[in-house]
Amino acid sequence: MVRWILEPGLFSNGTVRTALLLGALVSVVSGVVGIFTVLRGQSFAGHALTDVATAGGSGAALASLSPLLGFVGGGVIGAGAMDAIGVQRVKDRDVATGVVLGAATGLSALFLYLITLQTSTTGSTQSILFGSIFTVGPSTLPDVALLSVVVLVGVMVIRRPLLMGSISPELAAARGVRLRMVGIAFMVMLAAAVGLSAIAIGSILSTALLIGPPASALKVVSRLSHAVVLASVLGVMATWLGIVFAYDSYYWFGSGRGLPVSFFVVADVLVEFVAVNLVARRRRLRVVEEPATTAMPEQVGWI
Amino acid sequence: MVGIDLLEVVDVDVALSGRMVLRDVNFRIDHGEFTGLIGSNGAGKTTLLRVLLGLQDVVRGRVLVHGEPMTRSNSSVGYVPQKVLFESDVPVRVRDFVALGIDGNRYGLARRSRHTYELVDEMLESVEAAAFANRRISSLSGGEQQRVLIAHALVSKPELLLLDEPLANLDPGSAQEIIQLLHSVVTNQHVAILLSAHEMNPLLPVMDRVVYVANGRVASGTTEEVVQPEVLSALYGHHVDVLRVHGRVLVVAGGDERGDSLVADHPAVVLE
Repeated sequence: MVRWILEPGLFSNGTVRTALLLGALVSVVSGVVGIFTVLRGQSFAGHALTDVATAGGSGAALASLSPLLGFVGGGVIGAGAMDAIGVQRVKDRDVATGVVLGAATGLSALFLYLITLQTSTTGSTQSILFGSIFTVGPSTLPDVALLSVVVLVGVMVIRRPLLMGSISPELAAARGVRLRMVGIAFMVMLAAAVGLSAIAIGSILSTALLIGPPASALKVVSRLSHAVVLASVLGVMATWLGIVFAYDSYYWFGSGRGLPVSFFVVADVLVEFVAVNLVARRRRLRVVEEPATTAMPEQVGWI
Repeated sequence: MVGIDLLEVVDVDVALSGRMVLRDVNFRIDHGEFTGLIGSNGAGKTTLLRVLLGLQDVVRGRVLVHGEPMTRSNSSVGYVPQKVLFESDVPVRVRDFVALGIDGNRYGLARRSRHTYELVDEMLESVEAAAFANRRISSLSGGEQQRVLIAHALVSKPELLLLDEPLANLDPGSAQEIIQLLHSVVTNQHVAILLSAHEMNPLLPVMDRVVYVANGRVASGTTEEVVQPEVLSALYGHHVDVLRVHGRVLVVAGGDERGDSLVADHPAVVLE
């Protein structure tokens, strides 16, 4: 049965092992950052950053630099531009996001065209836009791991002011939270998360990992820490299943050509989202009230 | 601190977008006083509260807490905003939201301590919200959410609590419960309260003082001192009648200085 589901050699394959590790790291980062992205209503800003990451990634490919550097660097510059134009006020947020998105897409079009001229193939374009986790070498892993740790620690450090600002900016300001500073710090972490995700499933599809698992998690849990864990687990599951299916797909048609892993990851995210929504809907229909308690089930916590 | 008021507002002028919205604002609040900040919608109550929180700059004047200039995020001052829209997917339990009143402005990796949760539970008990401590905050009714917001503001042990229209959108029964709750906070915890409202009648039994805002200016004192035709007429800039019916106060626009009757011109005009 296991042999039927998992093709032989899956876990002994070095490329697959690297992909599994890389996928787990970026899924956890996307899950943690994505929870706050959804809570802050910045999904569109997150998507715009994927376009900026595309420009960064294609620029890096054109200049023969590290794709990770291009994706993350482009995202951070884009986040800075969006903040400068006005990402703080809700009214200005869409305008800033739209302006940056348009400019970045134009740059991407230019860079990708130049790459096509340079290489006479569309392989790089496909890789930048839609990812190719199987082509990431093990030498990239330490950089990805380091950047992942930096982003995770950064989010942990600002999590409470960030949550306060997400629930009620007015209340947070009255408590002395520097909303602008926290907002900029978060945008930089969001840009880094998008860059990391772009390495795994491509810049265009990185929104799927950033928004899908967190949006699913937020439907069914009532604590932030639980939401963060569930979003990460759902993200890792989607990525790992995507890798397994993509590996298996090499044997499906007998042609020796597999289907893209990014497709499977995004499909898994969608299936999870639909399944979790069905569970949440059934729960709502049952309308089970939690009993009144005076005893505390848990005395300490991260949030 | 004997002889120094908890809060003192001296000669404050406030402008928004270049337009003067409050002029010559003067009033004080002492420890353990219940003060109503009364005025119609758009009178400048929220702006005045933002000044007291240090979130709005003044053109002129001073705001003093314990005789010292007010600073932003002063721990002596707690705040309940006019409205907090809790989205249905906000993954925060009541207990965790109240705890943010203690550590919501703190950065770092430290976990929340047992002591913090003890303070939170104590505060939830005091506002009679312990029964829903473990529920998701967005699942509460308006009255329940108001109790939780009050607990959130009180858990850091402020000496002055500012509340912006906490009775708006509540049914009369829930509004009365919140007023009684706040009265018990003043009595039992000796916290001073400044509560903004456009309707003063529900507050009459518990108010020690009133700060009345109209026409960009302010009158303050006891209810008997302020809610008088002469005082309010001077504030509004035209004649105003104060009617007392069955223990309720109605402030009604009367004839202006030109001899025209505002009531006749605008039969529906009832300022209070």
